[in-house]
Amino acid sequence: MTSLPKTTAKKMGLVIDLDICVGCQACATSCKEWNTGGYSAPLSDHDPYGADPSGAWLNRVHSYEVDNAHFKGTVHFPRSCLHCDNAACVTVCPTGASYKREEDGIVLVNPDTCIGCKLCSWACPYGAREYDHDDGVMKKCTLCVDRIYNDTLAPEDRQPACVRACPTGARAFGDLNDPTSAVSQSVKDRDGFNLLDHFGYEPVNKYLPPRKGTQHAPQITEGCAPAPLDPSAAGGSPMEKLFAWADKALSGR
Amino acid sequence: MTVSLHESTGEIRQTTCYMCACRCGINVHLKDGKVRYIDGNRDHPVNKGVLCGKGSAGIMQHYSPARLRAPMKRVGPRGSGQFEEITWDEALSLATDWLGEVRGRDPKRLAFFTGRDQSQSLTGWWAQQYGTPNFAAHGGFCSVNMAAAGLYTMGGAFWEFGDPDWEHTKYFMLFGVAEDHASNPIKIGIGKLKARGAKVVSVNPVRTGYNAVADDWVGIRPGTDGLFVGALLHELFRTQNVDLSYLARYTNAPWLVIDAPGADDDGLFARDDQGRALIWDAAKDGFTHAMDKDAQPALVGDRTAPDGRRLRPVFTLLAERFLSDDYTPEAVEDKTGVPAAQIRKIAAELAHVAFKEEITIDQPWTDWTGRKHDKMIGRPVSMHAMRGISAHSNGFQTCRMLHVLQIVLGSIDCPGGFRYKPPYPKELPPALRPHGAPDHVAPNTPLAGPHLGFPMGPEHLLLDGDAPARIDKGFSWDAPMSAHGMMHMVINNAAQKDPYGIDVLFMYMANMAWNSSMNVPGTLDALTKTDENGDYVIPKIIYSDAYYSETVPFADLILPDTTYLERWDCISLLDRPISDADAAADAIRWPVVDPDRDVRGFQEVLLDLGARLNLPGFVAEDGSPAYPGGYADYITNHQRKPGLGPLAGFRGKDGTEVGIGAPNPDQLQRYIENGAFFEHKLPPEQAYFKHANADYLAWAHGMGFRGDADPVIFQLYIEPLQKFRLAGQGKGPRPAPAGHQDRLATHFDPLPFWYEPFEAQMVDTTTFPLHAITQRPMHMYHSWGSQNAWLRQITAANRLYIHRSVGDAAGVADDDWVWISSHLGRVKCQVRLMDGVNPHTVWTWNAIGKRKGAWGLSNDAPESNQGFLLNHLISELLPEGGGGYRYSNSDPITGQAAWFDLRVNITRADGAGETEPRFEPLGHASQPPSPSKLAYGADFKRGQ
Repeated sequence: MTSLPKTTAKKMGLVIDLDICVGCQACATSCKEWNTGGYSAPLSDHDPYGADPSGAWLNRVHSYEVDNAHFKGTVHFPRSCLHCDNAACVTVCPTGASYKREEDGIVLVNPDTCIGCKLCSWACPYGAREYDHDDGVMKKCTLCVDRIYNDTLAPEDRQPACVRACPTGARAFGDLNDPTSAVSQSVKDRDGFNLLDHFGYEPVNKYLPPRKGTQHAPQITEGCAPAPLDPSAAGGSPMEKLFAWADKALSGR
Repeated sequence: MTVSLHESTGEIRQTTCYMCACRCGINVHLKDGKVRYIDGNRDHPVNKGVLCGKGSAGIMQHYSPARLRAPMKRVGPRGSGQFEEITWDEALSLATDWLGEVRGRDPKRLAFFTGRDQSQSLTGWWAQQYGTPNFAAHGGFCSVNMAAAGLYTMGGAFWEFGDPDWEHTKYFMLFGVAEDHASNPIKIGIGKLKARGAKVVSVNPVRTGYNAVADDWVGIRPGTDGLFVGALLHELFRTQNVDLSYLARYTNAPWLVIDAPGADDDGLFARDDQGRALIWDAAKDGFTHAMDKDAQPALVGDRTAPDGRRLRPVFTLLAERFLSDDYTPEAVEDKTGVPAAQIRKIAAELAHVAFKEEITIDQPWTDWTGRKHDKMIGRPVSMHAMRGISAHSNGFQTCRMLHVLQIVLGSIDCPGGFRYKPPYPKELPPALRPHGAPDHVAPNTPLAGPHLGFPMGPEHLLLDGDAPARIDKGFSWDAPMSAHGMMHMVINNAAQKDPYGIDVLFMYMANMAWNSSMNVPGTLDALTKTDENGDYVIPKIIYSDAYYSETVPFADLILPDTTYLERWDCISLLDRPISDADAAADAIRWPVVDPDRDVRGFQEVLLDLGARLNLPGFVAEDGSPAYPGGYADYITNHQRKPGLGPLAGFRGKDGTEVGIGAPNPDQLQRYIENGAFFEHKLPPEQAYFKHANADYLAWAHGMGFRGDADPVIFQLYIEPLQKFRLAGQGKGPRPAPAGHQDRLATHFDPLPFWYEPFEAQMVDTTTFPLHAITQRPMHMYHSWGSQNAWLRQITAANRLYIHRSVGDAAGVADDDWVWISSHLGRVKCQVRLMDGVNPHTVWTWNAIGKRKGAWGLSNDAPESNQGFLLNHLISELLPEGGGGYRYSNSDPITGQAAWFDLRVNITRADGAGETEPRFEPLGHASQPPSPSKLAYGADFKRGQ
């Protein structure tokens, strides 16, 4: 069994805005594309052109309808490893291959010592681990550990591939241990929440819920007609009123 | 062993994406000669660094096993997939023989149509020099209604023409868009609106994608958007929430229309002796012309012309139209399914934001009259609409209405509203006229002008007597203003020899034997139809594509194209540029990877064929190829007019000239160094009011974007439509034949109006009570996605999505099989129940269904066993109307394919099984077997 660090200096993680995500899959495919040639290379695919195509993906997007007290509508829900503080996938690992980094809290798998026993995928409540049938080892989101510290990349590109790609800006990356970070602020401002919080795994990644109404939209109730621009316009049919108003308005220029 | 955390991604080459038509800038990272990664170019005007789900899966498209490998000649029957590989020289000689013989005999017997091509300024020019009248791209089955309605109304439309002002808009309405060509710009824009707290309202029968994140969802019934928008206009007129001074200044609202029913000029504008429309000047209390800079135009009040006839301003006619009882919220709520209260609320919100939350930018500008304005005042409501509105037989008039709604609100090209992108707005009326009438066509002779254009009246139709001059019947009485042609009719018309037969069908990049055609079984019959001698009625088919699609096996000669990473391309301001509202921009693709197969970019091949055929412009004076360096040579050195070439950037000998300038031999290198694009930023005084902005108009004229610097006066009332309507009343210089008259008189209304889509008018809607539509999934682009090993793991089969109440009525649950039937046929498929869909509407993802044998997929792939197309249910022809003639299933004005008019019913199907109709597997022996496993990227690891 493998130990977790008591604390981590940083809690690097993602904040995912469910109000903005349109379900385009950019985070999923950019993740696949980066990681199939990166730290976890390859993310293999079986029967890629056949009856049952399947492969290792470190990030997947699910779209489904919700109808409950909080929300009614379609939700696009990107799902990847949440880099839990209390990561059961680590503590069940018999070889120490799964570990949580003390410096930044990232949960990684060392493919050289992973024996592919799959205990971690059984332990993960979020279904975030992916067994690579070809490699025979477990793979998972690394927060693009081979990007975020990679000094061969431009500084602005040292962020996870999913965040770099996301067209709507629904994904943000940062230190959730730092209350002043932009990600911590957005969690505070937008009531960011833990996925399955009551399970107690203390995930680092947070989700922002769909907004309840917009900030600046006109507060107009259903059934209300637009207020006339010039309520003093003369009486008569709507046409007569319109023409009288138009005449008056334009001659006054 | 793991890859180092500091591993370089190798060399970066910047080019333009082609995973869809959005044209984003990409960084292609190359390592050991292989593509390591593709991400978005941060400096690029389209995507500004981000990249969508398709673009981020580009590696799998580039290495797809469905790529064609070499030129091929068909050796078995059409559809068998029996091919023999031949050399390029053989292929080009054969094509030259076929094409040269036809050109010398009767050039119209070549039909050349291109699909999702982005080089229409080259392909169109080639067809023009060849001399066939039968050329178009795929706009007729895409969104010509939106484009044409916009170009006739305001010199532009959405997407390539203009965008919402994402930075300033406070209220955004999205109509009929699930996913769109403007893939990343819309996503970026919605993200900005959400971050700013602007309101997003979606009008769509289905609540998915963008519609799922909208603040309000209007789950409208398909084909009724014109009623909904008409009711919004009704409310705005009723409550006097229209921008009168904007209308007086920038539109033809004050223009006076002749009211003389029965006269030859009824409904035309009263004009002065110089042909200028008349208006009433309220200040001088007399007539003047519409371009009188000092006039104070009157918008209301009937006038009496000197000849005693009544003249009425457009504004009056428009107000009468929408204040009528036909467009009250109560009148439309049943048909649209949108409650009257919700319509009123949206109208109130539009009015509030437009007029009570106006925004001001402290930026002086000068209008076309020379008047100086010290501020730019905006009405921060904006809209975007596309195919869901367009692809109906009432689409042109509905798109018109939507453009008129924006104009009435004063929100066209103002801060917070809709913004044109250079080179738009174009001249109004549009400058180009169609070419291809019989007297334009002769053996070995180019056409005198481009094929596609904008008729101003019946005199510009392309007719042979009363019969269509074009194989697609474009610009005929069937579809007079078919500005993008009617590609969806070519194959079936050719097989019926209606209006005539052809000898060679030459197509590029359009999957016409499958998801790009209506009535797929009928289209396959047409492609394989034989005459009494057993010869194919369409004798020769040449096809160019990069992949083994369903169409490849039906062609006789295959010209294999490259992938998007292996080619030169030019995304030109002459054509379909990548500008944004603050910059004119164009772009290239260049071969960032060398092909590993015997393939050539289609444009290279077209230039080669042009030279072999001795087409003027394609050969030098000595008869040698004019562009021996291929497409790159053409892009650099071709001049449409002196100094005006395909690319606007880095012109002139030293590369410093923009727009007009001598060819620069280093131009492409400069583009490559600049990230494969060029942009010219507009100065801030040109940012808004481009339709009337003196500085912008003068600059656009100087760039060659337009023939003059005249303002664009928005046409709320379109006189050319009235000219066709008069022809439909048997009047004018070219009256319509009797059989077409009612259709013209009814639909060519110069003011927008709503009418029931044709299919609903002509089939029994009690038998077919449901509407059926498709949407494009965000991660797939038409047919291309299914060959992509990653994208097909996301979607390999589609379901028919139905409202829960429809499922209950039919007694079906998730994944049950049903028959979905139309007046044409039936398809067997599986259902999925949902709440977020209009209860009278069923829908599915477009182009997921595949035919066995195509795209490198195995015969047991879900795409061909569970995946299905609605195309099999959509007839390319309407049922017989009065007189027995069958019009195409298209808009009567533009010929736009009415994909979304489809009416269906569903019934439970017994048991499980697989989708029907079943099609024989296509042979594909010429293709290599697809791998059973992929471990892409393993090589990069071993490199450590």
